[in-house]
Amino acid sequence: MATETLTAKDFSTDQEVRWCPGCGDYSILAQVQKIMPGIGVPKENIVIISGIGCSSRFPYYMNVYGMHSIHGRATAIATGLKASRPELSVWIVTGDGDSLSIGGNHTIHILRRNLDVNIMLFNNQIYGLTKGQYSPTSEEHKITKSTPYGSIDHPFNPLALALGADGSFIARSMDRDPKHLQAMLNRSHQHHGTSFLEIYQNCNIFNDGAFEIFTEKKSKPDETIFLEQGKPLVFGTENDKGIRIDGLKPVVVNLQDGFSKDDLWIHDETDFYKAQVLTRMFDSPHIEGHFPRPFGVFYETQRPCYEDIMLMQIEEAIAKKGKGNLDQLLRGKDIWEIA
Amino acid sequence: MNTDETILKDVVIKFAGDSGDGMQFTGSQFTENTALMGIDLATFPDFPAEIRAPLGTVPGVSGFQLRFSSDPVYTPGDLCDVLVAMNAAALKVNLRGLKFGAKIIANKDGFDAKNLRLAKYADGVNPLEDGSLDGYEVIEMDVTRMTREALKEFSTLGTKEKDRAKNMFVLGFLYWMYNRKLENTIKFIQQKFKNKTDILESNLAVLKAGYHYGDTTETFTSRYKVEKAKLPPGKYRSIMGNQALVYGLIAASQKSGLPLFLGTYPITPASDILHELSKNKSFGIRTFQAEDEIAGISAAIGASYGGNLGVTSTSGPGLALKSEALGLAVMLEIPLIVIDVQRGGPSTGLPTKTEQSDLLQAYYGRNGECPLPVIASSTPSDCFYAVFEAVRIAVQHMTPVIFLSDGYIANGAEPWRFPQTDDLPEIEVHFQKKLPEGSDQFLPYLRDDKLVRNWVVPGTPGLEHRIGGLEKEDITGNVSYDTNNHQHMVKTRQAKVDYIAQSIPLQKLDSGPEKGKVLVLGWGSTYGAIKSASLDLQSEGHAVSHAHLRYLRPFPSNLGEILKNFDHVLIPEINNGQLIKIIRDQFLIDAHGYHKIMGIPITRTELVDEIRKWL
Repeated sequence: MATETLTAKDFSTDQEVRWCPGCGDYSILAQVQKIMPGIGVPKENIVIISGIGCSSRFPYYMNVYGMHSIHGRATAIATGLKASRPELSVWIVTGDGDSLSIGGNHTIHILRRNLDVNIMLFNNQIYGLTKGQYSPTSEEHKITKSTPYGSIDHPFNPLALALGADGSFIARSMDRDPKHLQAMLNRSHQHHGTSFLEIYQNCNIFNDGAFEIFTEKKSKPDETIFLEQGKPLVFGTENDKGIRIDGLKPVVVNLQDGFSKDDLWIHDETDFYKAQVLTRMFDSPHIEGHFPRPFGVFYETQRPCYEDIMLMQIEEAIAKKGKGNLDQLLRGKDIWEIA
Repeated sequence: MNTDETILKDVVIKFAGDSGDGMQFTGSQFTENTALMGIDLATFPDFPAEIRAPLGTVPGVSGFQLRFSSDPVYTPGDLCDVLVAMNAAALKVNLRGLKFGAKIIANKDGFDAKNLRLAKYADGVNPLEDGSLDGYEVIEMDVTRMTREALKEFSTLGTKEKDRAKNMFVLGFLYWMYNRKLENTIKFIQQKFKNKTDILESNLAVLKAGYHYGDTTETFTSRYKVEKAKLPPGKYRSIMGNQALVYGLIAASQKSGLPLFLGTYPITPASDILHELSKNKSFGIRTFQAEDEIAGISAAIGASYGGNLGVTSTSGPGLALKSEALGLAVMLEIPLIVIDVQRGGPSTGLPTKTEQSDLLQAYYGRNGECPLPVIASSTPSDCFYAVFEAVRIAVQHMTPVIFLSDGYIANGAEPWRFPQTDDLPEIEVHFQKKLPEGSDQFLPYLRDDKLVRNWVVPGTPGLEHRIGGLEKEDITGNVSYDTNNHQHMVKTRQAKVDYIAQSIPLQKLDSGPEKGKVLVLGWGSTYGAIKSASLDLQSEGHAVSHAHLRYLRPFPSNLGEILKNFDHVLIPEINNGQLIKIIRDQFLIDAHGYHKIMGIPITRTELVDEIRKWL
């Protein structure tokens, strides 16, 4: 089937979508369906694997190959699939509980191995499917069903964690910015290696408004900063603020107050050290003097993919020893004969 | 000088020393040498879980038992004829496993004050001197001193390095004693140390010194010889259980045309499966050492989903971790091989000791109604055929299969009349590639007359579909919470596994009359002991028969008939009674159990005594 004749509709299924009305997942599903016809992969070669959680229902709504697996293991299942079938385009749908709590181990290991798959982490900072417990990305002191006195857990910083595990593509987007999300999905696909895309997703039932400050028109310009390759870090309603580097520290500066764009930090996706600083711009927007939250591609680097090296080793072994010969193997080195 | 040559039929030797003394190496070299002579054999390596347990202590003793005979050998022997004791602890641990009058080859240097103290002998007591070994033939050798003597010209080696060659002295001496040639070991050493000339030369020198010591010392007037065994004609090699298992997997991969993918996490005693498969990449094999047991099986599921032969290997604790993912594979109805090389449990248990205590875990150890086939191997070489069969069942019945081996089989060796590729059957695999004529909708859970659904792999145009762990609607595979559908699907998954009984051979008796007094029913590594005990009692004229199960779930369809033909059914197991529970449950018979849970195999002698109780 030629891919260019397909539309978003071709990627939807006859299954009734069962997320709560108003859930951020709807927008993410729509953006994924929109970009799929354009990624240049035949529909039959696309596989979506999910774990458990609200977001993990995703595969049922995508008319490609899909597996709704078990809690936390989508990354491990995808590893086996991609390692044995490198020609497939493998997408992982996971949530903050699925990928950072029960499946945390598999998440860091797929990142270090760098299989060429795309991880879409739907982060809503809450457990939705089990009806409202705090998650590993929930803020401290959060009152939930399981933390009536407030959560005493310190949350993960997902992108810092991914970078710490040597992820080769680190990005953030949000459900409420369809264009940006589409762009990030396309970039994730284009990256050869494990793409880690965190998507802020609103759970309007159990954690409504968790990301409001970043997504609402009124606060968005001052509270977010959109990273673009080669461009200075500018933000603010009037594009009047920027970030410059002072030694190893980022500093917010006012462009109407003696600083020009030339003084600002120029975003470079390939700079690992700067990426570390960017992922750490993660403080609560309720704290005085906080940084805006960055969105976009924080970091991208090219390093060999696990499945490619795996295949190379097989090819080398065959080149060196010839294709495996079962009779030779069974016979071994030393035999004796009984007449 | 003149030495007599005595022909022996059957010899059991135990090599015992510190875990750093190289006893496993010495034992396996002697085994290789014995095999190449065409003598039948069985081995039982027995080592501590610690890589280097405290030197000289009882827990640090590593042993390797080898039985060789001109008659067929089914077990590594109950009691030993010869003990090589490299130190006092090795003697202490193994004395009760010796026949009365057995030879004890004692390394004198390992019985000094320090070693006696470490072995916890009372102050001033030396078993070599206090007459406690009077019933045995003790051969004292100053192995350490003679090893150093043999290496006095090797100025580049320190004393510590020289002492490491001690085991070669013993090996050389035993080669002399049993009238062997040194070639296989010389070849092995030359290969192993080809880049370390001094180590290579010193090992050879000590090996030869040990051999000549036998030759030139007047103490030893007798050499022994065991004739070739009367095995069926053919070409033989020596094989260990985990190795045979790997060859079986590779053969099944070749014969099915499915690329092999192993997802696994290292665990004793299963790790050699990973090592051996990783060596054989030229067969297109992918091995994935995962971050944990769960990732191991999950990756194997991913590979199977993609049309590979997905395999995961583990031992009891790992199987426990894999159980949720196993449930997913049952729900997805895709082929998967799960290998459990059992060890002593529960929890971490006895990692290096053998046990058959995961049968109930394999049978029932999952949430929900979750049936799947269970297959067990009974000897090292049987691992080859049994795992080949496990693969056939997995791919032809679209189901995960649990394959049970154990530490005893995994590390034990025996001669194997290996098959030729052409002798092995093809494993037919069918992938659905398109919609059936006249149909416009793909139905992932449509079944054939064996209740098996089609295998459709990603990359197949027009058959895109979704599967998962939620209950499936019959035929369409859509998510369904319908009450009647769930009942139907639970029954269907069970019926699908039950149906496999029609594609496996009928159960045969291994030996004995079809009707009689006692049927000894076994599974797994008790095969040799039950076989020898049954043959012994049959030769005395008793109506004892032996049946050994490879197919544990489902059972062969005639098993119930067989059980009815005997007054008593005795089920010996290295556990606290597991198969017996299932047999009682399924056949409502008053079976008797014999349970040994000591981390070691059941012996022929104790089984003979046990069977007699029911005669």
